[in-house]
Amino acid sequence: MSLFLIVALPFLGALLPGLMNSAGRQAVGGVTFTVSLAAFIGLLTNLPAILAGEVVQTGFNWFPQLGLNVTLMLDGLGFFFALLILGIGMLIIVYGRHYLAREDNMGEFFTYLLLFQGAMVGIVLSDNILLLLIFWELTSLSSFLLIGYWKHLEAGRQGARMALTVTGMGGLAMIGGMLILGNIAGSYDLSVILQNREAIQADPLYVPALLLILIGCFTKSAQFPFHFWLPHAMAAPTPVSAYLHSATMVKAGIFLMARMWPVLSGTPEWFYVVTTAGLITMVLGAVIALFKHDLKALLAFSTVSHLGLITMLLGTGTAFGAMVAVFHILNHATFKAALFMSAGIVDHETKTRDIRILGGLRHLMPITFVIATLGALSMAGIPLLNGFLSKEMMLKEMEKTYLFGPEWLVPALVTFGSLMSAAYCFRLIGHTFLGKKRDPESYPAKPHDPGPGLWLPPAILIVLVVAIGVAPFLAAPFVKLVTASVIGSVAEVPDYTIKIWHGVNTPLIMSIIAIVGGLIVLALFKPLLAVWDKTPRPEAKSIFDDIIAALLMWARWAIHPLHNGAFTRYAMIATIAILAAGYHAWTTGTVGEAVRAVQPIGWVEVAGWVMLAAATVGLASLHHNRLLALILIGIVGLMVSVGFVYLSAPDLAMTQITVEVVTIILLLLALNFLPNVTPEESPLWKRIRDVSVAAVGGLAAMALSYHYLLRDAVVAPISEFHLANSYKGGGGTNVVNVILVDFRGFDTYAEIIVLGIAALLIYALTETLLSGPVRARLLNRVPDKPLSGTQHPMMMVVLTRVMMPVVLMVGFYIFLRGHNEPGGGFIAGLVVSIGVVMQYMASGFAWAEDRQRFPYHGIIGAGVLIAGLTGIGSWFVGKPFMTTDFTYVRIPPFQEFELATALLFDLGVFLAVLGAVMLSLESFSRLARRAHIKDSDEPMDIDPSRDQAVPNTNPEGV
Amino acid sequence: MMPADELMNLAIIVSFAAVAVSQVLSMVRLVIGPSTGDRILALDTMVVNAIGLIVLIGLWQGTQLFFEAALIIAMLGFVSTVAYARFVLRGDIIE
Repeated sequence: MSLFLIVALPFLGALLPGLMNSAGRQAVGGVTFTVSLAAFIGLLTNLPAILAGEVVQTGFNWFPQLGLNVTLMLDGLGFFFALLILGIGMLIIVYGRHYLAREDNMGEFFTYLLLFQGAMVGIVLSDNILLLLIFWELTSLSSFLLIGYWKHLEAGRQGARMALTVTGMGGLAMIGGMLILGNIAGSYDLSVILQNREAIQADPLYVPALLLILIGCFTKSAQFPFHFWLPHAMAAPTPVSAYLHSATMVKAGIFLMARMWPVLSGTPEWFYVVTTAGLITMVLGAVIALFKHDLKALLAFSTVSHLGLITMLLGTGTAFGAMVAVFHILNHATFKAALFMSAGIVDHETKTRDIRILGGLRHLMPITFVIATLGALSMAGIPLLNGFLSKEMMLKEMEKTYLFGPEWLVPALVTFGSLMSAAYCFRLIGHTFLGKKRDPESYPAKPHDPGPGLWLPPAILIVLVVAIGVAPFLAAPFVKLVTASVIGSVAEVPDYTIKIWHGVNTPLIMSIIAIVGGLIVLALFKPLLAVWDKTPRPEAKSIFDDIIAALLMWARWAIHPLHNGAFTRYAMIATIAILAAGYHAWTTGTVGEAVRAVQPIGWVEVAGWVMLAAATVGLASLHHNRLLALILIGIVGLMVSVGFVYLSAPDLAMTQITVEVVTIILLLLALNFLPNVTPEESPLWKRIRDVSVAAVGGLAAMALSYHYLLRDAVVAPISEFHLANSYKGGGGTNVVNVILVDFRGFDTYAEIIVLGIAALLIYALTETLLSGPVRARLLNRVPDKPLSGTQHPMMMVVLTRVMMPVVLMVGFYIFLRGHNEPGGGFIAGLVVSIGVVMQYMASGFAWAEDRQRFPYHGIIGAGVLIAGLTGIGSWFVGKPFMTTDFTYVRIPPFQEFELATALLFDLGVFLAVLGAVMLSLESFSRLARRAHIKDSDEPMDIDPSRDQAVPNTNPEGV
Repeated sequence: MMPADELMNLAIIVSFAAVAVSQVLSMVRLVIGPSTGDRILALDTMVVNAIGLIVLIGLWQGTQLFFEAALIIAMLGFVSTVAYARFVLRGDIIE
């Protein structure tokens, strides 16, 4: 199966569980499993190529200019991880289907899980490191969603946030590191980067790149000092803990270290940083794990410890270290996922995970006991189980590693870590399952073994644990194959036989010390716990919370003075900033000679200018009277429209006029809820300050325009291109319209979407207001002034009815001819919406609403869809999105005319504008309904024809 | 005898002057008020004058392009006047 399909299947399949939620839990679980199974089988079809040592590659260009291409690659390492992800994924899906309770939303859960699965498979199959980063971030996001799946749990929400903060920060660092790396290698493709070991390690930017990438890996794989998020992620449902936080996602960092091993490892920097971090993590995790009473917390810290162990092995930089790391990844994934699932079973059946309460479960839950015991013994490193093999090899590798201080330090520390590791494994078995047989009533819930849906998945993993442990030669060829693809051409695969008995050697002695020591520690557990409880320790969560709080405070301190919610503040800051930039440009730059003379001014222009200026000054000084301010705005709009006409921009003039009318209506609707007079709020000095900033800004803008009008632009403006190509390329002589629907069609498309969203928001706000406590106050408003008695005057009703067809005709005309003469969908939409609003104003909201057949949301949606489909249509003829085409047709008896796909696009614009304007006006007027005024079904108050037809109307209306 | 285009020019200049003066006078009325009704009517007169101004600009520049703008003002300009009036009379313009 194509690699694309393997990566895409979980993403596409992620839609299914959410959609099928109503089909029942069995169906949701089944479809999720099928999706994973299909991807798994697809992966297996590539097995022969992998076994033959080939690298399967496929890809296409996405953003070649950025070096971001969808190139996928499957080699031994990728195959190994993909096998773990999809294989364990299927077991987890079965387990999760039976684990989740009836009240949990299973569709949501499996959708997130498949999203994660797709992202994770994407990481391990990516050849392009930028693509890898995208998948990397996707795993952080899906992990966030899954940790916080139980939204009602505070711990879950906080744990999710912490995980996202830490891994997201690491992801950011890694982006930097990857960009540096790609820059050095000259390509973002792994296959190229991996060939450039010498160039990369010799580069002065090698160390920064290494550190940044390692921060990414360490945060993801919970290495010291970023290990603290993993235990808090345990608030997730247990299937998530087993899948993401032990078997797969936390191994993404390790995967990347293994992937980058050929180019990054082998230097002292790599050795010291990676090995030290791994060693500290391993020992620290093991010690903390021993003293945790929560089963999942114990397992979480043991995961931290084992991840440290693998990191440490990769850090040594030897081929043997890499081989042991690969082997231990396999072993850890099997026994740890099984252990998590058994912990989940215990939690599920006894309703507690506290080891102090548990004990004696051996008799009550024999199947679970066997599974958990075998898993824990393997983790402790007991022979005949797979954990023993990789632990022996690890000890062999570390026995001769020299880091700091005396030579025996590293071996001693590693032995100590293994000792503690053995101790917590024994404690897990001893304190949970062994002990006296107890009354089932003494647990929070009556424990018993669950159905096979819960125990079968971990049991399958335990079979693997035992099989590899007894017959290591089964796994050995595969481990060597993967190792070969990790180390690439840097070294030879070590000639080492993985077997149980190597004779009595140092690793075996260290191992025996660890196991015996572990038993002793368990015997002394009570006094040790007392000591541990008395020792002061830094609490990671409170430190993290303090750091976040400090950052928040700092951010507030920096932002609030700039961003205080008052528009005047933003305008002032922007004006001052632009002034400063302009001043800088003026003083440091040069200006050309004036090439045009100042034209003489006629007195008609002067009259217009004086009116505009007077209205503006009047507006600024009289704005406290709101209605007067609105009337003055009317003058400004009018004079600007005339100005547009005078400067030969009829399109703009028409738009300005129609927008003006709509704005006035909208503002008057809003003004209905506001007092007539704005109170004086700012002190005098503030007003003086604001006025002077505004005046300086205005003068500067005037000076700039004056200066610019006398000169030509330094670079030829794009308008030349538009003028030259409008008819030739776009088929229209109206350049403005061709720019809107063709040259910049994509912008227009985005703009109508934004317009639609804004209108929907107004609608949503209105609905929220009307469903809240404000509703009663709105309904019982009493107007503060006497009102005229006529609601729907006959004159106005008759006039607007007569105007309606005329307005529609004009709108249609303007719309159709927009491509060649002033007009177009935008203006037509405004014109028609004014025509409709007239009817609302004349006959009232209720009357007009009754006669409105299509909801305005639908009209907006139809507009956006039509515009979008027109754009997509060009794909079918093999052109890029939104390529337009046009042709000339002649239908007798008409003259020849032009048909352009841009017209369809313009229809979309028309509908979106119409819907958006109407929806916002309608929402506003919905707010103004009042309880004591009855909605009238009649078009007008006094209607002679109605009065004559039914002379004896009952005044009560019954 | 005066040639036709000279007469036309003269007519346009005189009309410009007349419309501009009446526009300024409407503006004065708008500023001094005294009632809101006066101001709304003044604005409406200004809209009518603006139509005249636009038609004159079209005549003067010899183009038909601007007549649509004039048409749209003539057709829709009254809506804002009605809205102002309804606001003063009823407070709620769509009820």
